[in-house]
Amino acid sequence: MESIKDRVAIVGMGCVKFGENWGQSLDDMIVDAAYEAFEDAGIGPEDIQAAWWGTVFAGHTGQILATPLKLAYIPVTHVENACATGSEAIRNACYAVAAGMYDVVLAVGAEKLKDFGYSGLPQTRPVATWSYRLTTQTPAAGFAMMATGYFAKYGLEYDVGKNLLGQIAVKNHHNGSLNPKAHFQREITLEKAVNAPMIAWPLGLFDCCGVSDGAAAAIITRADLATKFRPDPIYIKAAQICQGPREGWLSQTYDLAHVEETWRGGQAAYAEAGVKDPRKEISIAEVHDCFSITELTIMEDLQFSPRGRVSEDIEAGTFALEGELPVNTDGGLKCFGHPIGATGLRMLYEVYKQLQEKAGPRQVKNPRLGLTHNQGGEPGAATVSVIIAGNELG
Amino acid sequence: MPGIRSYGAYVPLFRLSRAEIARAWEARPAPGERAVASYDEDSLTMAVAAARDCLKGVDRASVGGLYFASTTPPYKEKQAAATIASVLDLPVAAATVDFGGSLRCGTNALKAALDAVTAGSAENVLVCAADMRLGYPAGPGEMNFGDGAVALLVGRDDVLAEVKHFDSRYWEIQDTWRSDQDIFVRTAEDRFSMDEGYADVMVHSVAAALEKYGLAAADVAHFAFNAPNVRQVKGVAKKLRFDEQTQVNDVLHASVGDTGCAASLLSLVSALEQSEGGQTILLACYGNGCDTAVLETTDRVVSVPPCQGVRRHIESRRELRNYEQYMRWRQLLPIQPAARPPIEERMPSPAAQWREVPWEMRLTGTRCVHCGTPQYPPQRVCVTCHTKDEMEPYRFTDVPARVFSFSHDYVMETLDTPVTVTFIDFEGGGRVMCDMTDRDVGEVVVGMPVEMSFRRLYYVNGVYNYWWKCQPVRCRPSGTED
Repeated sequence: MESIKDRVAIVGMGCVKFGENWGQSLDDMIVDAAYEAFEDAGIGPEDIQAAWWGTVFAGHTGQILATPLKLAYIPVTHVENACATGSEAIRNACYAVAAGMYDVVLAVGAEKLKDFGYSGLPQTRPVATWSYRLTTQTPAAGFAMMATGYFAKYGLEYDVGKNLLGQIAVKNHHNGSLNPKAHFQREITLEKAVNAPMIAWPLGLFDCCGVSDGAAAAIITRADLATKFRPDPIYIKAAQICQGPREGWLSQTYDLAHVEETWRGGQAAYAEAGVKDPRKEISIAEVHDCFSITELTIMEDLQFSPRGRVSEDIEAGTFALEGELPVNTDGGLKCFGHPIGATGLRMLYEVYKQLQEKAGPRQVKNPRLGLTHNQGGEPGAATVSVIIAGNELG
Repeated sequence: MPGIRSYGAYVPLFRLSRAEIARAWEARPAPGERAVASYDEDSLTMAVAAARDCLKGVDRASVGGLYFASTTPPYKEKQAAATIASVLDLPVAAATVDFGGSLRCGTNALKAALDAVTAGSAENVLVCAADMRLGYPAGPGEMNFGDGAVALLVGRDDVLAEVKHFDSRYWEIQDTWRSDQDIFVRTAEDRFSMDEGYADVMVHSVAAALEKYGLAAADVAHFAFNAPNVRQVKGVAKKLRFDEQTQVNDVLHASVGDTGCAASLLSLVSALEQSEGGQTILLACYGNGCDTAVLETTDRVVSVPPCQGVRRHIESRRELRNYEQYMRWRQLLPIQPAARPPIEERMPSPAAQWREVPWEMRLTGTRCVHCGTPQYPPQRVCVTCHTKDEMEPYRFTDVPARVFSFSHDYVMETLDTPVTVTFIDFEGGGRVMCDMTDRDVGEVVVGMPVEMSFRRLYYVNGVYNYWWKCQPVRCRPSGTED
């Protein structure tokens, strides 16, 4: 099995301001994100040889992407992998370039959730694969059960667990307050976080990410061509997707205190990138904090914290902007919301800017390797992507 | 001689005190309370619960028919008995019939079952009766009605009570009715209805039966019958010279209410619970006529298989917070829809529903023959050992389980906020994600024991979407105390 490491590079990226973009259409956001990426790479849409389009709710086929950009009769592939859709678009674009089929390709993810007219995601039930009966809860409750599971496994009283979750929300809101592209740019206090109205016990309002519109785009080329576009390309070191067989929903062996797919996806990505000590070698991570409990368990599954001991790192500020391993430096899903198809690309946008040392007031010191973690599904039945990127070859 | 082989009952957990109803309408307080079906229950689900109570220790393959009686079935056109038989996993050749139309339909079904068994067309027939009638808000029906269900297994052998005689008479009168356009039960003037309807026909029918079979009132150990309210219970007992304390022993009106077509049969089950062998029970049910039956208990009546019956269901109760909760559950007033995706998006596919009957309606998964792991929903490739197509059916409905994890969802649209969702682990293996019903939010903890209950998930486009939920273990069956 071959590795993607150092075979492809990102030479341009774009990302719109996420939020309730009432005045912008899906097409507006696609055009803004893609043209920022074109300008960043110093190319035009006519230079794109193939494109990958990630969206869950914005329609079918690659036409949705080709139309606003007037892509000139090139292959456009629509990909969908639930909340990991954006990362899936990147991965497939990278593989096509690595395979030698194309030299310059585009990956775009976008979603216009606010046009649906309600909070949360539309409920599109798969017709042929899963029952119509079963349960009636929202995704928030699916993740909340992991909080209950984690608290029970490690004997955390409600107040203690709630406090840990609150600190994650406070950190991400702080980072978001420094980011003009974030949907929410306000600091919150721990007191406000833990006392917020309950959404799905034990998760309160600030434990849940918002619902936003957004779009992001990336230009990918061969590693050996990258410096022809720019002096500071970002090289892909690993691009993994891990699908679980819903074992956690079927079997009593699953502890509901971690996400097996994140653990395995992380291991695969580290092996591909040659990372031996993730906590030391990863400089910055953008992870899928759809709910605060998700970020908490990701820290253990990605081996940033020892199993069952993430609380020590949360208390120590390890994952804060100025900490040992800054996580969600752009504000995360917490502040960007989660326009599904765009999220994975938005995460990569932050890693890309950080590795180029262009992250402004959020810039971390001397970053070498950045990681994005994008998760679809729910605990016990997840789809996880882990991408690692670096600013140097080798 | 044919008779009753087994019995079961179901009274919903929730009670609404009549004083609270009076408070809401600034009316004169009445004593006692009434049973209120949970927000996700209906006559069909309550019948399932009573039937499961009745079938404890019974070989389901021996049940040759299922007769369902109700004046409040979920569908005007679609047989409830077939659904119930399917949920109970009865043989596909079982004769299923829906009875309805009057409060006498429960005893009508009993009569038909006795006739079938006598004629030999079935060895055993399961009779279920359930009702949840709506009285007009602020009216006497709302105070006096109650929700509940009952199930009787009728057979020829090993009966705990023989049905020695059964008589019927009809009586055409517009005293109590609902047209095909009515939601609430209508009644004619009370004095007329009672004088020329209920009280008159009930008393004359019972008196005629006693005389016909040479019985004096004193020969009857228990008189089991339906009545629209406590006053009529007393009135009928007095006219027939039954002692209210010892022979009538009405426990239902004070704490359950008039359960419609299930009422006289619930009263019968209550009588059976208190009976010894060799006693005479008189059953009477009024509803556009009157059915009367004379039963004689056998020694088996004191050694019935463990079931929850009437008494334990009455003891297991929780008060509704207030009248407004009842109004909300019965959807008596429109409320602001949740800011969530429209429910139409979750319209069940008839094809998928049909295909999934064996495993959804019966909560039947698979157990891997190779490694023994039970799993739900059914899998072809084993989740543990990955062996393909070596599975046997495995029904989870009566397997004890415990809460592995849970959440209370305050965002999802429901008549009973929050939606409590759980992962439950079954004894012997298997994990299911399901909603929890009839819970007090404060009582839910990891590790709590739960049992399965058949409920309505939601209603969309004319379709009732039924499935299983877990609930805190409600009461242990009689005879299993520590």
